[in-house]
Amino acid sequence: MTNGSIQHSSPITHHPSRVLYFPGCALKDQARAYEEATLAALAALGYEVQELPRWNCCGTVYALAQDDLMRHVGPVRNLIRAQEQGAKELLTLCAMCYNTLSRSALFVQNPENLRRLNAFMDEEEDYRGEVRVLHLVQLLGEIGRGRLEKAAKEGLSGLRVGAYYGCTLLRPQEVAVDHPEQPKILEEALAALGAEPVVFPERVECCGAYLTVTKPEAVRLRVSSILLSAAQAGAELLVTACPLCHFNLTERRPLGAPKLPVVYLGEALAWALGVKSMPEAVAKAVGVRG
Amino acid sequence: MVAELRVSRESLNAPFLQRVEELSGQNVFACYQCGKCSAGCLFAEHMDLLPNQVLRLLQLGDEGVLAARAPWVCAACLACSVRCPKGVDVARVMEALRQLALRRGLSPVEVKLDRPVPQIALVGAMRKVTP
Ligand code: SF4
Ligand code: SF4
Repeated sequence: MTNGSIQHSSPITHHPSRVLYFPGCALKDQARAYEEATLAALAALGYEVQELPRWNCCGTVYALAQDDLMRHVGPVRNLIRAQEQGAKELLTLCAMCYNTLSRSALFVQNPENLRRLNAFMDEEEDYRGEVRVLHLVQLLGEIGRGRLEKAAKEGLSGLRVGAYYGCTLLRPQEVAVDHPEQPKILEEALAALGAEPVVFPERVECCGAYLTVTKPEAVRLRVSSILLSAAQAGAELLVTACPLCHFNLTERRPLGAPKLPVVYLGEALAWALGVKSMPEAVAKAVGVRG
Repeated sequence: MVAELRVSRESLNAPFLQRVEELSGQNVFACYQCGKCSAGCLFAEHMDLLPNQVLRLLQLGDEGVLAARAPWVCAACLACSVRCPKGVDVARVMEALRQLALRRGLSPVEVKLDRPVPQIALVGAMRKVTP
């Protein structure tokens, strides 16, 4: 697995096309701007996006214990809802949802696990194991450089943008959207959209995730280190796909840390396509290096 | 005189260790103590035992690791898991230790709700550190 563009080249999307979309809790709450911007941008790219009916929480963190069948029920129930819609793919914007849903989808690729889980849930039809969980950045990869370049206006032109991957888009390897240590899928999308991607050392390193509840001081240290790493590499703006990373990188930012704004991938996309304009606060901050 | 130390799953006969291996799905004896997991762990500085030390104590069947703070500082970032040259999913071992402790009623971490945090952070934390 070395090349993101080769790995994700299988065409799954036909145009004009319908995409079934799983929002998750954060996209309806703290990350509403991410949802709004993405939906506007995808519409401009010719997609008809339909929200998954009766979706439920994805579980937010994947259970790592072998005997924790219960924790797969929520994610798989969402996959069943997608199956009911006749969908082959389920689009996620939140990196955490992508992670839990795609790992559960992988878990039930094992016939015995699938059988046990289906036996466990009796209110739903059986899951057949055929839904592919897709993240926005993979969809952008499939749309391809050419189409993105054609659709892009001046919104991100020349801006030095750092892509912060964090953990859940890249680990574990089985669900990674690209190479877990040397990814470039986000940078490729940003470049196609007119930005100047900035690769910085800490782009794949954890921000502290839910330790923000139990150990916020550890998260502050991480956030400071990530922001410094990005600023020193010359980034003016950070892009993330994870609402928890976004929270930590903004709300757990220590005094004196570099001030670069952190925005969602969908926001950057919408600005690049000209369907939304960059908020004044971001526009003002951009160019101000930490 | 050369002292020889042989440790194996069989010679230890430690039901505790067996439980950890079952719950994590990992063979702790695969670990050859290279330390790569600890070198890359961004939270090791807050831990009382480094990830590789946790593995070593498990190889010795030491139940004391259940009282360690390390698993509760682990953010389940999986950096160690993707980097281990022996394919040990260290994050799963950490989770097994949290689960075993929780199932025995030991939970050293208090989830304080006095800070505004997003729902995903709360649900994540509750799922990792509470029964
Ligand atoms: S990286 Fe793997 S082999 Fe090396 S010390 Fe850690 S668990 Fe053991
Ligand atoms: S999963 Fe836990 S032990 Fe492993 S590198 Fe991340 S924080 Fe450290």
